[in-house]
Amino acid sequence: MESIGVLMACPMNPYLEQELDKRFTLHRFWKVPEKSTFLSTHSNSIRAVVGNAFAGADAQLIEALPKLEIVASFSVGLDKIDLAKCKEKGIRVTNTPDVLTEDVADLAIGLILAVLRNLCECDRYVRSGKWKKGSYMLTTKFTGKRVGIIGLGRIGMAIAKRAEAFSCPISYHSRTEKPETKYKYYPSVVELAANCDILVIACSLTEETRHIVNRKVIDALGAEGVLINIGRGPHVDEPELVSALVERRIGGAGLDVFEHEPEVPEELFGLDNVVLLPHVGSGTVETRKDMADLVLGNLEAHFLKKPLLTPVI
Amino acid sequence: MESQLPQERSKLRTKDLPQVLVMKPPPLLTLFEDKFISTKFQLLKAWESTLPLDQFLTTYAGSVRAVLCSGASPVTPHIIRLLPSVQFVVTASAGINHIDLNECRRLGIAVANAAAVFSDDAADAAVGLLIDVLRKISVADRFVRRGLWPAMGDYPFGSKVIISLFVCFTQESWDCRTWKHRSAVAKRLEAFGCTVLYNSRKPKPWVPYPFYSNVHELACGSDVLVVCCGLTAETRHMINREVMVALGKQGIIVNVARGAIIDEKEMVVCLVHGEIGGAALDVFENEPDVPKQLLQLDNVVLTPHRAVFTPEGFMAACDLVVANLEAFFEDKPLLSPLIDE
Repeated sequence: MESIGVLMACPMNPYLEQELDKRFTLHRFWKVPEKSTFLSTHSNSIRAVVGNAFAGADAQLIEALPKLEIVASFSVGLDKIDLAKCKEKGIRVTNTPDVLTEDVADLAIGLILAVLRNLCECDRYVRSGKWKKGSYMLTTKFTGKRVGIIGLGRIGMAIAKRAEAFSCPISYHSRTEKPETKYKYYPSVVELAANCDILVIACSLTEETRHIVNRKVIDALGAEGVLINIGRGPHVDEPELVSALVERRIGGAGLDVFEHEPEVPEELFGLDNVVLLPHVGSGTVETRKDMADLVLGNLEAHFLKKPLLTPVI
Repeated sequence: MESQLPQERSKLRTKDLPQVLVMKPPPLLTLFEDKFISTKFQLLKAWESTLPLDQFLTTYAGSVRAVLCSGASPVTPHIIRLLPSVQFVVTASAGINHIDLNECRRLGIAVANAAAVFSDDAADAAVGLLIDVLRKISVADRFVRRGLWPAMGDYPFGSKVIISLFVCFTQESWDCRTWKHRSAVAKRLEAFGCTVLYNSRKPKPWVPYPFYSNVHELACGSDVLVVCCGLTAETRHMINREVMVALGKQGIIVNVARGAIIDEKEMVVCLVHGEIGGAALDVFENEPDVPKQLLQLDNVVLTPHRAVFTPEGFMAACDLVVANLEAFFEDKPLLSPLIDE
């Protein structure tokens, strides 16, 4: 398989890169100075693209690679891949579901606790020596708070299961109601926000869910409400969220994703009611290896004409 | 009016209500003083007097039957001797290591604490600290706030939370109600897929997890040690160098109990030399002093003894303390007495 050209969209994992290098002819797209020249030179040899949450395969790239057979994403999210185009051209698409579900759900709960219990702020407080001057600052209880989840897929369900152990009543909004769960369904995100204390975004990013958390939803969540985003930055109208946080119209936010990563609105840096993470939802040593193995496994299966492990298309 | 001694002012207001001695105000009282206004008792506020404590007690506390204490105002044998009429000590905290239980037991003094209302918050804090240290939440937050993400790209990974877990639960002789406190941690961690094991002085038949009679053995078989037992003579420095080395280079300690359960000097050495993987600490041996080597480490999370500091927890604790005091003065059963096992 060494002659098969694989285009890696951006740096994502040294182990994955190494393994792709061993098995295929790997092209590192981010190292290419002149992308259009490169694409016309190699258009006949590139048969696979490996993308992730930051870069995938848009219509332009797909059109430039007539021999493209498969796009394997090092993520569960597919928002960087033009799925319609892939379907049209018979290009297979795979992602990395399940292996990262637990890590993302763990991080969601970790963010909730970090925001409500001011853990990061407390840690800064101790490190700066302020504790010696004393204070009885109270933080917000988590147990029993109402948790509202947007998107009750694998990750949403895993978050619900964990939050239930903290005696949190769970409610949700999703495209379709899921009567098999015992959670309360709300037909709109605004209603969900109005009826929960902590709103968690756990759905996939599509045209419909872009800015699903907008000014109306933020207002409904209110001054005591907390927003947690472990989905995608564009799920939230970021300028609206930033002004709501700065003006204290919303209680706080725990954000692992942003609209223009790695740029994070600087107004957030001075706030004590936010926790800001650099997109580490699936960022554990164990899980990233599992994700990489899944990408490699899917590519291998495809080129050996075996069934794909985790096909989307 | 203002120049009169505290107890004279209060007598004028409340006639002959029995007094509850408070040597120094616990945080609960400072924050929610209104909740301590009762028709069944009044507070005798030693800290408002200019007299030294011993003299104040000798002069004014001779007929005091109840004491509201806290970590800042311990009930030692010396204090007990200055209170010839004391029959009940209530603490506004979960911990009871600042009360000389042997002396209380010897003299038939009843003791009550507020552990039951703090279990959820303490468990939430323990889990939050655990996820933070494993997934490097506080470190990553600092990284982003310093504007380092664009320049430095991917942040170094954390470790998975779903791992074999060791929950340390040594029971001290007086308190079986803190089981609720510990099971709160275990219940939450089970939802993350953690395997819970425990250590205690004796196995508890009602606890569904594997029991280890020896802390060292337990540390050998575990990835994380969550300390949530009481501080007693037996548990002081129970987590020593041997236990920490057994926990190992990937091992994590979470402490929301009392700083002195861990040999802090040894822990600092182990952390600095990578003999254990990390620690998340809400308590320290000499609060508010924190060993300065810890302040430089990225594999620790440090919080200033706030595991139970929520308004809901505090208000529930106020209600519980007041209810205990009122029950005492009405000769009714206490709501949260410590029971000798």
